[in-house]
Amino acid sequence: MSAVLGFDDVTLGYDHHPTVHHLSGEIPSGALLAIVGPNGAGKSTLLKGIIGELKPMSGGIRRADGRRRHTAYLPQQSELDRSFPISVFDLVAMGDWGVIGSFGVLGKAGRARIARALEEVGLEGFDRRQAGTLSRGQLQRALFARLLVQDAPLILLDEPFTALDQRTEQDLLALVARWHQEGRTVLAVMHDLETVRQRFPQTLLLARDPVAWGATAAVMTPENLLRARSISEAWDDGAPRCDVPEAAA
Amino acid sequence: MIADWLIAPFLDYAFMARALAGGLAVSLGAAPVGVFLMLRRMSLTGEAIAHGILPGIAVAYLLAGLSLFAMTIGGLVAGLIIATLAALVSRVTVLREDASLASFHLVALAMGVLLVSVAGGKIDLIHVLFGSVLALGDDTVLLLAGSATLTVLTLAVIYRPLVMECYDPAFLRAVGGRGALVHHLFLALVVLNLVAGFHAMGTLMAVGMMILPATAARFWARGIGGMIAVAVAFALLASLVGLLISFHVDVPSGPAIILSAGALSLLSMILGPHGSLRALRTPAWHLRN
Repeated sequence: MSAVLGFDDVTLGYDHHPTVHHLSGEIPSGALLAIVGPNGAGKSTLLKGIIGELKPMSGGIRRADGRRRHTAYLPQQSELDRSFPISVFDLVAMGDWGVIGSFGVLGKAGRARIARALEEVGLEGFDRRQAGTLSRGQLQRALFARLLVQDAPLILLDEPFTALDQRTEQDLLALVARWHQEGRTVLAVMHDLETVRQRFPQTLLLARDPVAWGATAAVMTPENLLRARSISEAWDDGAPRCDVPEAAA
Repeated sequence: MIADWLIAPFLDYAFMARALAGGLAVSLGAAPVGVFLMLRRMSLTGEAIAHGILPGIAVAYLLAGLSLFAMTIGGLVAGLIIATLAALVSRVTVLREDASLASFHLVALAMGVLLVSVAGGKIDLIHVLFGSVLALGDDTVLLLAGSATLTVLTLAVIYRPLVMECYDPAFLRAVGGRGALVHHLFLALVVLNLVAGFHAMGTLMAVGMMILPATAARFWARGIGGMIAVAVAFALLASLVGLLISFHVDVPSGPAIILSAGALSLLSMILGPHGSLRALRTPAWHLRN
């Protein structure tokens, strides 16, 4: 199968400190990949590198289609301005940006797509509510509706199931499973290792350096998890410069 | 009688009619920009840029005298330099944008006041700081109208990406929207409206026509479109009331307009239907479902 994304010895980070260190590998089209690792391991940073918000310090990230607008991205809720006056309808309509851009008319078909997406996430009748009045779970459902409207072949989810009630998590996991069946490529930053074992065939275990990448069962061994945990989270300003590329683990 | 009080000044005196036209133009341009400044939590940025345009105006005056064109260009250049420098410094150093702006605008204000003083008695500092909406010439009114037109058109063009950039910038980036470009265009609009507002209200008061109607509107409307409409209406009302008070009571017009806007803002905080003191005090009743 062809690769959707390729990492060529990529290093991403802030202030000269790497948070993703020398990652190499390819993500085949249609993969359902969980990205796991301790806090500060570079999971969200990797997604930011893929969407282009962060430029690699070295190496590169290849996009097979070369077209960023074909990426659906779910940010962490903490990155949204919860007091911003936007209706649920308008929030979900942002997903149609790739089609309508700055000036396009949403039209009947677009409105129908948005209504259907809201229905599929269980938010019918919420379209005129302000996003700020939603609960965390409801807002997550609305953000998933936006992903549905985007209809993208590559979907990036940053902590999609953190702090959700059981039912919302199950509903949204079902959507992820459906995307996988439809042949879309899904990358999700995950914390709940049990969910990863049950639902994600592939896993990338990051602890700044890639610790293991492959079939979930082979990656999530006690030894690998212990290795990931033992890697220091603290920045060391006295660390030597890293100019010599190491072989990615 | 009341009609006389309300309408006669504008019919009888051309300078009052021009002032009203200028106020109308400033309201149409500055109020929508102010709404986005508030939503982006950049209200104080507007304040800082407003002070930052002063040295540009002073230099233009020293070089070219009391020329509308030169002072406008000077103000625009200084404002854009301040905005760009602040953004640049926040990107390449540890200072955040608000802190770097705060440092720059103090330097700029001091430099401006110094330059105006060096120019000696030739330029009236009070005029520069507080404007003279009652002395607008035809060309100034045209300039204000042009600025408002450009602002409304530009906002229409960048409206969608600007809303997305405010709410969820990472998403805009992910779908290939040019968030940084939109942000800089918006900052340019802020500068443009402050320079336009300077001609009517002076550098210190111009930012008031952005911020006060916008904060007042927040208490009356839930959506962004509604907020813009209310903010423009409040700015127009403040211009009208301020000019009338200035005319009848013989007080400076710029501060009278800004105080009127301030009064509307205060009333909105107390009486507005959303999140105001009244809304918080109203006994809570609830629907069954």
